[in-house]
Amino acid sequence: MTYSYFPGCTLKTKAKDLDDFGKKSAEALGITLEEVQDWQCCGAVYPLAADEIATKLSSVRALAYAKEKSQPLVTICSACHHVIKRVNNDMQSKEDIRTRVNNYLGLDEAYNGETEVIHYLEMLRDKIGFDELKKKVVNPLKGRKIAAYYGCMLLRPNKEMQFDDPENPTIMEDFIRAIGAEPILYAFRNECCGGYMTMNDKALASKMADKVVNSAKIKGAGEIITACPLCLYNLKENSKGDLPVYYFTELLAEALGVK
Amino acid sequence: MSEDIIAISGINPRQCMKCGKCSATCPAFEEMDIHPHQFASMVVEGRIDELLASESIWKCLSCFACVERCPRSVEPAKLIEAVRVSVLRERGGSFLSPDEIPAKLDPELPSQAIAAAFRKYRK
Repeated sequence: MTYSYFPGCTLKTKAKDLDDFGKKSAEALGITLEEVQDWQCCGAVYPLAADEIATKLSSVRALAYAKEKSQPLVTICSACHHVIKRVNNDMQSKEDIRTRVNNYLGLDEAYNGETEVIHYLEMLRDKIGFDELKKKVVNPLKGRKIAAYYGCMLLRPNKEMQFDDPENPTIMEDFIRAIGAEPILYAFRNECCGGYMTMNDKALASKMADKVVNSAKIKGAGEIITACPLCLYNLKENSKGDLPVYYFTELLAEALGVK
Repeated sequence: MSEDIIAISGINPRQCMKCGKCSATCPAFEEMDIHPHQFASMVVEGRIDELLASESIWKCLSCFACVERCPRSVEPAKLIEAVRVSVLRERGGSFLSPDEIPAKLDPELPSQAIAAAFRKYRK
């Protein structure tokens, strides 16, 4: 299978591990990720105001590219996934936005939300299957107690993201089981890490990151995994806790023997 | 002014039944001077100047907990966003200047944080 792939700005800079291990693992699973040509930054936050247009254009350009290739568009970063998926929903369901965006972009063929946007974890669950993934694991991470950190962007709002149960998700725990480790459930796995507040109010960001890390630690986790570079930063750098935090793709690559 | 906030947010705040779930679930509640559930009634009452001057619009994390859990589709994050962009869209309405960035950088800070902060705090 070949998919279009949107890496996003941080995967080319501070989060190279998230990108590299994601691509190597996909290859080991028989999937080719073709990077969208000339992709632009998604903007990192979904433009929530109903009248925003310009801030949605970069997402539509990537979506239209995948449509031209007749491929689903795969994302890895939680923020990119959130933004691109919601902009795609807008293009499907909001006539005003669809018309104005298409008028502005002047594409050869109007874009109406045709592309399927899937997160890498959804690709593992829905396109490959966790049972199939399990069969391809050569180095099961036996004895590792791993806390899945979902954060906000993948899950909410569920009526748009359709990722998993927003209050009691299981996809990352199922992933952890598939690579041979033990998932640790804890209370703060879908609470905010502090997000961009690290730029404006470090004390508030630290308070929030501490709550997440301590919550995982109390339940006996030895490490935390995430799909988001900003979550990883907040949980590592803004928390006083000392749990290691990894990208889920790094552990996947380890289990598949391609790290 | 209420009409502007309603148009920008795409939300009808009159649907709020004051159950308080939004404020109960907000991770920044303690940092806010005006709380998420109050945004709905204050927009209805036309108290927009107070909202424009509120600290809360810079404390909202866009975590969408209030959006997910609102049983009446009032989704206060969208009202907060509408007030915030109303400030930013005014000339000189920025909350974060590029000149402030170098002092905030550290070797691990992802570019995602800067992109997000500029989207939220600057036109």
